[in-house]
Amino acid sequence: MADEHEHGHSHGHDEDFTEPPADIELRVKALESLLVEKGLANRAAIDAVIDTYETKVGPRNGAAVVARAWTEPEFRKWLLEDSTAAIASMGYVGTQGEQMRVLENTVDTHNLVVCTLCSCYPWPVLGLPPVWYKSAPYRSRAVSDPRGVLDEFGTQVPETTEVRVWDSTSEMRYLVLPQRPDGTEGWNAEELAQLVSRNSMIGVEVARAPGTAASAG
Amino acid sequence: MNGVHDMGGMEGFGPINAEPESEEPVFHTAWEGRVYGMNRALGALGRWNIDKGRYARERQRPVEYLRHSYYENWLVGIETLLLEAGLVTQQELETGVPEGLIPEELKPRVLTAEAGSRVPNRLGEVVLPDDAPAKFAPGNRVLAKNRHPSTHTREPRYLRGHVGTVHEHYGSQLFPDMSSQGIDKGGHLYCVRFEATELWGKSAATRSAIYADLWEDYLEPVE
Repeated sequence: MADEHEHGHSHGHDEDFTEPPADIELRVKALESLLVEKGLANRAAIDAVIDTYETKVGPRNGAAVVARAWTEPEFRKWLLEDSTAAIASMGYVGTQGEQMRVLENTVDTHNLVVCTLCSCYPWPVLGLPPVWYKSAPYRSRAVSDPRGVLDEFGTQVPETTEVRVWDSTSEMRYLVLPQRPDGTEGWNAEELAQLVSRNSMIGVEVARAPGTAASAG
Repeated sequence: MNGVHDMGGMEGFGPINAEPESEEPVFHTAWEGRVYGMNRALGALGRWNIDKGRYARERQRPVEYLRHSYYENWLVGIETLLLEAGLVTQQELETGVPEGLIPEELKPRVLTAEAGSRVPNRLGEVVLPDDAPAKFAPGNRVLAKNRHPSTHTREPRYLRGHVGTVHEHYGSQLFPDMSSQGIDKGGHLYCVRFEATELWGKSAATRSAIYADLWEDYLEPVE
């Protein structure tokens, strides 16, 4: 009985042209039943896939990679030279992350990741992408107006800093290594990971400053 | 194909209005998760690859692609792939009544709960050698060809006809233009840097560049 209230979340568009029709739930149920009855899929497997991406694979993985790079210079060097191997050494491997490149933000360079053609995103380290990453407004403007997009996320990048936009058009996947926030001297990796937001690893924001509330990843 | 999915540089879609990171669930409704799970389970049958999957979603009429939510587009893609692979019939989709069971040879490939709880690895499908030597090297100037294939491609429109510089040679990957048509072939893949002013002229953002991954067949040398 899906009504508008059960869809409670906002897609955030003034003109909400992405709201699915109410019968979508029934259509999905009908398809799943058909697949199960034909023997093409089983429900327990579908449950397991959902559980994996709801509870095991998510942006906490990427935050652990970033925090380790901030605290271990040797790991940081390896991460930038052979991103795939360094990330795999922490156990974050598999589909939508078989080949990785880590992009380091510095005073001179700010990196931002998009997929203009669909929704390519590094699942092993960030989980599944947020709605806005897959939306037309972000996909269309990230390449043509990156500073305007950053501004919408409240992120000001100095004009002296080059903004590099990475359009994920192949199976290579990109993870941004944000700058370590000031005032975190002496923090350990576990503490630092709390400052690493998902959005900072896509590049639309910077890492959280100490003392700001860490949101649940 | 010059579809509406190829959005780079388009205007008029409005503000991004991102949901706060701490509040956004992985799936917003139960059916989104079921669609995601079905897509993975059906992919395990090995009857199509990721490029065929993308092409199935892109082939919708533009107005449908834009009106649908993300996972609704996935649902359409799944239905198209099932029909084209001959795994279900149009009548089965419409009535929900199965007319037959799956072919015997597919049974061992059906995704189990145990396999579903693991993250698969597609490295062997994605990285395919190209027998020919690479034509380009980092630092080379290249032109993104002005090509308009009527089928699937990963060369975005906003780059076509523009000159960039090879940043890195990524080795070779499955060539999407052919793999989406059922022919698996490797092609050299390059990360190419384009200056924002080359792409967007005077309206380009200050100090900005775009990096995109382009297969060798999308590129030609610039003297």
